[in-house]
Order: sequence, then C-alpha cells, then structure tokens
Amino acid sequence: MLNAIIPLLLDSFASAALIFFAAVGLTLVFSVLRVLNVAHGSLYSIGGYVAASACLFIASRQLNPYLSFVALILSAIFVAAILGPLIERSLIRWTYGKSEAVQILVTFGLFLILEDLQRIVFGVQSFYEDAPMQLLGTTTIGGVVYLNYQILLIGLAVLVVIGLRLLIRRTRLGRLITAVVADREMAQSIGIDTNRIFVLAFSLGVFLAALGGALATPTSGVAPGLGADTMVLAFAVAAIGGLGQIEGAAVASLIVGLARVLAIYLAPALDAVAPYAAMLFVLLIWPNGLFGSVAARRI
Amino acid sequence: MRIVLAAAASVALAVSAILAPWLQFVLTLAIAKGFAALGVAVLLRAGLISIGHAMFFAAGAYGVAFLARAGVADFAVLLILSIMSAAFTGAVAGLFLVRYRAIFFAMLNLAVSMVFYALCAKLYGVTGGSDGMPIPDPRIFGVVFSEPVFKQVLFYFSLTLMVLVGFAVHRYLDSPLGHALSAVHTNEIRLEYLGIPVWAVLLVAYVVSAALAGLGGAIAGFAIGRVVPDFAFWTASGHLVLIAVLGGIGGVPGAFIGALFLELLHTAAVTVTDAWNLIVGVALIVVIMFMPRGFYGLVARKEAPAR
Repeated sequence: MLNAIIPLLLDSFASAALIFFAAVGLTLVFSVLRVLNVAHGSLYSIGGYVAASACLFIASRQLNPYLSFVALILSAIFVAAILGPLIERSLIRWTYGKSEAVQILVTFGLFLILEDLQRIVFGVQSFYEDAPMQLLGTTTIGGVVYLNYQILLIGLAVLVVIGLRLLIRRTRLGRLITAVVADREMAQSIGIDTNRIFVLAFSLGVFLAALGGALATPTSGVAPGLGADTMVLAFAVAAIGGLGQIEGAAVASLIVGLARVLAIYLAPALDAVAPYAAMLFVLLIWPNGLFGSVAARRI
Repeated sequence: MRIVLAAAASVALAVSAILAPWLQFVLTLAIAKGFAALGVAVLLRAGLISIGHAMFFAAGAYGVAFLARAGVADFAVLLILSIMSAAFTGAVAGLFLVRYRAIFFAMLNLAVSMVFYALCAKLYGVTGGSDGMPIPDPRIFGVVFSEPVFKQVLFYFSLTLMVLVGFAVHRYLDSPLGHALSAVHTNEIRLEYLGIPVWAVLLVAYVVSAALAGLGGAIAGFAIGRVVPDFAFWTASGHLVLIAVLGGIGGVPGAFIGALFLELLHTAAVTVTDAWNLIVGVALIVVIMFMPRGFYGLVARKEAPAR
C-alpha cells in the first residue's frame, strides 16, 4: 500500500511544484494590481524560450554545464527586467479603475501579440535542452527512479512560498504592498508611491512566471501553444486557492497536481481535463476559492 | 433610417457575392461568426464577458456532424436539432455559470470550453480526435444539390437568417427581459428588490447566446464541410469576443459588422503575413482604448448606456 502511495505523492508534488510556479505570479499580480493578466502564460513561455536558448548556447560553446543553472535564473530576471516595466507602464496602467471586461480584453490582446511575437522570434519548432536535468542524476526511492531535478523543483517551490511570505510580512516593501492592497487611495494619501509599487509587483509577477517557464524547459521543453495551456492552468490553480492568495495557490497546486497524477494513473485520456474538473468541483462548493474572502455586495 | 441601412447592407452583401464569387465562402463564414459574436454581445449587455463561447459554436457544428453520421440528411432538421443541442449544452453549463460574475464568469467559461475542447480532441473513437468529423452536404427538402449550388444556397439562406434572427434578437433585447440585462450590469441587487429573478434573466440570455453560437457553428460546419476540435479552442472564443467588442455592443448589426470586417481583414492579411494574431491583438487594444463603443458606435450616435 505504502509502496503505491509514495511514488504517487512524489509525482504529484513534482507536478504541483511546476504548476505552482505558473500560478503564483498570476495570483500575486491580481492581489496587488487587481488585474487578471491573461497574458501571464505568454510570459511563462517567453521565460522558457529565453532559458532554453541560453542553455543551448552554453551547450554549443561547451562552457561549464553548471552555468546552465545560472542561465535559468538569469534569463528569468532578464525577461522580468525588460517586459515587466514595459508592459505595466504601457498597457496595464491604462486599465486601472476600468471595468474587468476592459482589463480582460486588453490583456487578451497582449496575449495574442506576445504569442505571435514568440512565433516570429523563436520559430515554430520546439526547444528542448535537458542538460540541467541530466547533470543532477537520479535517486531511487522505494524501487522507483526519480530525477533529482524534480526534487530540486519541489524544494524551490517551497522556498518561493516562504520567500514571498517573508517579503510580504517582514520587509518594508512588503508592508507597502500590503497597504496598497488593503486600501489604494488611503495608501496614496499617506505618501506611498503606488505607481512604483505596481511596477515592482508586476515585474515580480513576470519574474515568477518567467522563472516557472525557465525551470520547466529542462523537463518538458517549450513549444508554441504552451502559453495558452499555462494560462488556463494557472487560472484554475489561482481560482481554486482564491484569487490573490499566495498560500492558497500553493495548496491549490497540490490539489491540482494530485488530481493530475491520479488521472494519469487511472484514466490517462482525462489528464488534461483533471485540473478543470478539480476547479469546477471546488468553485461549486466554495465560489470564492478555498482561501478567498467573500466580497460584500454593494447596493 | 436604420432599417433602410440594414436592408441596403444586406442587399450589398448579396450582390457582392455575385460580383466576386470567391467572396461567397468568406461572407458565409463571416455571417456564421457574426451569429456567435451576437451571442457573446447579448451576454456583454449584462456585463458578463464569456471567453468560452467557441464551445457552443463547436457544439453546433459537432451536432450537425453527429446527426449526419446517424443518418439524418435533411438540412432543416440538421440545423434545428444542432441549434437545440447547442442550446441544451448552454442550459446545462448556464445553470451553474450564471451564478458567477466578472472574472470568474469569464474564466469559468474558458475552463468549461477547454474541457469540451480536450474531450473533443482526446476521445478519438467518438469525435475523430484532432482529425475532426466530416459534414456531408445535406439534402434540402429532399432535393439533392451539387456542392457549388449547395454552398450558394447556404450563403443566401444564412443572409436571410441574419436578417430574420437579427430582427428577433433586436426585439428580445428591446423586451423587458432584454432590458433587465442592462439592469443586471448597472445594479443587480436593485433588480432583485424589484422581484425580478436575476438568475432566470441571465439563464435565458445564456441559452439564447448559446443557441446563437450553435447556429453560427452549424453554418460554419456546412460551409467548411468538416468540424475539428480547434473550433472550440480558447483563441477562437477570444476572436468572438473581439468581434463583439469591435462591432460595438450597442446593437445587433455591430456583431455582423465586426465579423465582416475581421473576416475580410483576415482574408487580406493572410496573403501578406501569417502574424494574424498579432494584428488581431493590436486591433483589439486600439479599439478598446480609442473606440470604446466599436464601429457600430461610430455609426449610431446614440447616448452611451449608463454605467
């Protein structure tokens, strides 16, 4: 019995770690900016493309292969530093205070643009560079062989949850963000530069998305269509956890990861359906997600 | 005045297909997508934005394909039954989707449509997987037409339906039930205090919009001769929303104007570039930022609806 459960749990943890990276940026941006960024999945796949290109470059020049780990992180920072401020300043800022329909449409337009730009820049072939995964080797647990890279991903996901919590609760920036989330106008009136907070929070969200894409490429590669799939999955996770709840997203990733692994074990054809089935089930019972707060109805 | 404009536009469409026969297929598709976008626009009235209506579009087309496989060969029966299948799908999905608003409504529609898409693509034995299903040319009241003639009949039939259904939807939106939609957008709690059940208003609108999308899907299926899971993919849903917004949510003609514009632009653009989504994305953002009431808003200078 235990022999059957441990691999199942480890598989779902590894799956959950990747799902969490896709979702956490989305939920963070939503909690601070109150904008659901439909283009989030594209930023994830751009991170993947940049990281894969960097790793391929390192492999082709026969540099020290361990550099590719640095490349994974650096490419995420690179994407966030360029695209984060650019997108927030040009498009997202324009939608503050507008209706949700407008915000969804503008970011959806951005998604369409980014998807085609990726196709133009990186082509339609898939990128796959598994050097970082091969470097770390494997571990055998209970007779089943695991990739150390997957275990590393689980650890990184836990680190990100803790890091974000410390950032929000313990640092000055985190306090400022909390103030802006709680009451935007009041924060502004006591002298907090909300525009700066928005740029920072959005860029952090882009970084987390790009990091997720970068970390996923050694295991599954990156190909056209990844952005769309990631977006829907990320939303499913964010909605289950309660939009804007970071810890909620972590718990939801575990649920979705488990649902997915169970589907692969029991009914492989339904693998793609499992996350949405989980989302529908949760939202039918808790319409605001597991950790979401109920908004007051205004007359 | 507006009736004259609508009549003139319909006649212009009919004539242009005679002058330039290659336009016929493009125009048929444009009308088909116009129906689906009209469905999206009905829900937009209530402030509900659905990024999942391609599901009902596909449901209409798959309805035709399944019925055709089962041996139904009459055009009218196929059309009516497939619209009913889309409306039924809409009623089932709508029963719980109309409980949600704003982002959750948009994204849950998206999720449901992605489940539909995944099922269509994965259940190879039933739906033919990503190969899709063929849709043979049906008989029309027992008469068998050759393919070019059928496509011609289909075009003029769709054009007629556009006028008739467009008028019916216009009447629906002008009825108390239709006006209740804008009231939901403005303030749904007041509506409840007036004793109007909001969920019923929205469920009716949802079923109507699903049926419209199904009608569009059935016509598109007949015109193309095949239905594939990509009909239900979420970018297709996004294009429907774009059409509805592009045309302006003010009136019924907007959806068809938007669809016509987008299909013609698509036809012109594919000869130059394959970055079609890029163009659509830029157009969407420009329209939202600078023409919030869409093309139709430029023509019909009515007062902006209260927000």
